[in-house]
Amino acid sequence: MSQTSHDLRKKRPIRKAPFVVIPIFLILWMIGVATGEPARVLEQAIQVCLSCIGIG
Amino acid sequence: METVRKWVQVIIGFLTNSSWSFPFTNVIYQGPLKVICAPGLNCYSCPAATTYCPLGSIQQLLGGLRFALENGQYYFGFSVFGTIGILGGLFGRMICGWACPFGFIQELLHKIPTKKFAIPRILSYGKYMFLLVFVIVLPLVLVDEFGSGSPWFCKFVCPAGTLEAGLPMLLLQPNLRNSIGLLFLNKFVIMTIFLIWAVFSSRPFCRTACPLGAFYALFSKVRLIKLHLDEAKCTNCKACHHVCPMGVKFNESPDDPECISCLACMNKACQFDAISLEIGGIPLAVPDKGLSPAGKS
Repeated sequence: MSQTSHDLRKKRPIRKAPFVVIPIFLILWMIGVATGEPARVLEQAIQVCLSCIGIG
Repeated sequence: METVRKWVQVIIGFLTNSSWSFPFTNVIYQGPLKVICAPGLNCYSCPAATTYCPLGSIQQLLGGLRFALENGQYYFGFSVFGTIGILGGLFGRMICGWACPFGFIQELLHKIPTKKFAIPRILSYGKYMFLLVFVIVLPLVLVDEFGSGSPWFCKFVCPAGTLEAGLPMLLLQPNLRNSIGLLFLNKFVIMTIFLIWAVFSSRPFCRTACPLGAFYALFSKVRLIKLHLDEAKCTNCKACHHVCPMGVKFNESPDDPECISCLACMNKACQFDAISLEIGGIPLAVPDKGLSPAGKS
């Protein structure tokens, strides 16, 4: 690691925002999983969506 | 570093589209991997797709929300929003620069030697309209007699779906060709416009119309991994302006929502080590010292 990055590491504070945002979405994801959403997503994703590809 | 990024784009593009049995089976992949979310824009009706497209799934879930609620199923899209929210919180639009197959296709097209044109900044707001109106509001609000909404963005706009799924499916399943109508013509024209535009301007779809890019852009200030500007070292020489594929003026706007963290400004432009990659405030990488000033463009 160069002196440049060493200096930067000493000066910069740890940003807290990502550690707030990521757990919020993790909780959201867990709520979605708990409601059984992934099974519905899979059900949709394994079928050809004709309207998605501009045919249906 | 640019070579590394290209390889990452190729590998992720391959991983999200790794079902190559379709020329023999004529059907799309239907295995359990499709419960995994593709980080970038990657139509799940693409014959080779092994993951689901977050935008397509959100629209399908919201479009079927009334029907689901009537059946006691609370499918608000939380798992999908949660997944792309986690990705956004970690990487933001770095996903666009490193993990989106359609972004990669546009980059390859832009390598065709022609006169290049800038994209007016005001057009970048279009993608937020597509996210709000076409991905969220219209599938929720405009429903048919059965209470089902349509995936409006996929159905009327998405050029990635036409390129990655529509055209291959027409080749694989000739019976589908009888269904081609104005809807497909509209999408084909939109796809053609964006692909031609990509030759002359850098990443036009990402910058003007991609709802997934718009969603990731919301994390520009709070994402864990991002570029950092050391204002003490920056001389405002504006070299970073000339290499940015997204038209970002990094020295003026280091948290710009358009920044895809391709690292071009850090490695190809800045000669003063004013730009570095950081993770949560801690430097992850400093400018590539292997580049000589003569090698910088």
